[in-house]
Amino acid sequence: MTPILDVCNLGIKFGGLQALDDFNVQVANREIVGLIGPNGAGKTTVFNLLTNVYSPSRGTIHLTGKSTKGKSTHEVTQFGIARTFQNIRLFKNVSVLENVMTAFHNAMDYSMFSAILRLPSYRKQEKAARKLALELLDVFDLREMADTLAGSLPYGAQRKLEIARALATNPKVLLLDEPAAGMNPSETSELMMTIKDIRDKFDIAIILIEHDMNLVMGICERILVLNYGLIIAQGKPEEIKNNPIVIEAYLGQQRGE
Amino acid sequence: MTILNQIINGIQIGSIYALVALGYTMVYGIVKLINFAHGEIIMVGSYFTWYTMSRLGAPAWAAVLGAVVFCAVLGMVIEKVAYKPLRNYARISLLITAIGVSFFLQNAVQLIFKATPRMFQNIFPGSLKLGGMVFSMSAVVTIVVSVILMIGLSLLVKNTKIGKAMRAVSEDKDTAQLMGINVDHTISFTFGLGSGLAAIAAVLYCSSFYQIEPTMGSMLGLKAFVAAVLGGIGSISGAVLGGFVIGIAESLTKGYISSALADAIVFGILIVVLIIKPSGILGRPENEKV
Repeated sequence: MTPILDVCNLGIKFGGLQALDDFNVQVANREIVGLIGPNGAGKTTVFNLLTNVYSPSRGTIHLTGKSTKGKSTHEVTQFGIARTFQNIRLFKNVSVLENVMTAFHNAMDYSMFSAILRLPSYRKQEKAARKLALELLDVFDLREMADTLAGSLPYGAQRKLEIARALATNPKVLLLDEPAAGMNPSETSELMMTIKDIRDKFDIAIILIEHDMNLVMGICERILVLNYGLIIAQGKPEEIKNNPIVIEAYLGQQRGE
Repeated sequence: MTILNQIINGIQIGSIYALVALGYTMVYGIVKLINFAHGEIIMVGSYFTWYTMSRLGAPAWAAVLGAVVFCAVLGMVIEKVAYKPLRNYARISLLITAIGVSFFLQNAVQLIFKATPRMFQNIFPGSLKLGGMVFSMSAVVTIVVSVILMIGLSLLVKNTKIGKAMRAVSEDKDTAQLMGINVDHTISFTFGLGSGLAAIAAVLYCSSFYQIEPTMGSMLGLKAFVAAVLGGIGSISGAVLGGFVIGIAESLTKGYISSALADAIVFGILIVVLIIKPSGILGRPENEKV
């Protein structure tokens, strides 16, 4: 089966700093991949490269078979990649529903005039978009808050809304940057269920960056470990758990050895 | 002149301020730049209309249409050439560049058309009698055209794809990109739209004040900027409200207090409002960073 995301020899330099080098990964459809590593290892850099927020110094990225080289972020998004941020970035002064509907931007094809004059073609599409957005909010139990300003939602709900909005762009690959950050254990286990549900319901691949090892070990089918911009290990959760190189990267070398 | 006449005059000049203020406020909303070259766009629009009508003998409608297109393109070119390369740098460098562009346009027009004021022919001659009152045709056209444009603009921003994109980009550019929104295109459109409105404001202004000169954009631009700040910069309804408040205040001061004091009072209002409500009448208070 051809991978949905194919990354080959990806690398980027910031000035003299090699932030990422020799990064290779193939992700199949419906796979959940974990990306872990100490702070500053280059995890978020990978996400920024995958969405072309940064242009790589070298290497290639193919998304559903299409190269993202030279494309801008909004074009890459249309190939089918979406992400959430470590520090939540919602449109805070806009309602929950409108946050999700913003993601339908490219799916809308009414003309400017039909929108200004609110012609039937416009109203029909808006109605359909609204329905779709509300269905998405249902998945995350956010429907009742559809008209609330996104910025006034409680923290956990904001995280969920950000995922819902990312899904609304109809991605093939969803990137989650520390989705469990700031959540308590019960919220985290709920989130684990949600992530699995999303994969099954939307039939997509998910790559997630996370420090919560229960979550990572619990739902990822494969884990990549980054340290100083290099993949130092990859494999199934059990393999990673017991890998001495990984333990060393996280805890440092044991004294006396 | 009755008080009603004064108020009509105020609404007339106020709607011109409002149209120009919309350009300031939209650009500020989207790139957080006070576009000091915006006033010069009005001046360029005025010269374009004057030149095509008086020198090339074009009919008024063609001159106006030409001015709108010319200014919209000029606004977009300025953004591409002068502002876009600085988008990710400190905001002060953008501001200084805007002042530079403003001087550039002023001097370029002065070089081409000389500094002497030119007479502008009234394109809306005549008057309209309504219920025992006489209104000049240019006042009627100005108010009607402005109101239509303002309603159209608010519908455009509220309903259309590009309008929604504008709002998304003004909230968060990076996230907007990830929603598939073309940020460059959206910013460019905003500059074009604001400059097009400024061109219409230019024509309306000239049809009442008959005289154009290369420095005319400074004061007009400044007052419109005051209107935008007064209403709450970044807010579209704020710009409209600010425009009318400034226009009416100016007209009443000229009519009942003193012409010389009109500008002082306009700026005085700004100071008072900013002391009481620093974000402007309809502006959103800045989120305090904790």
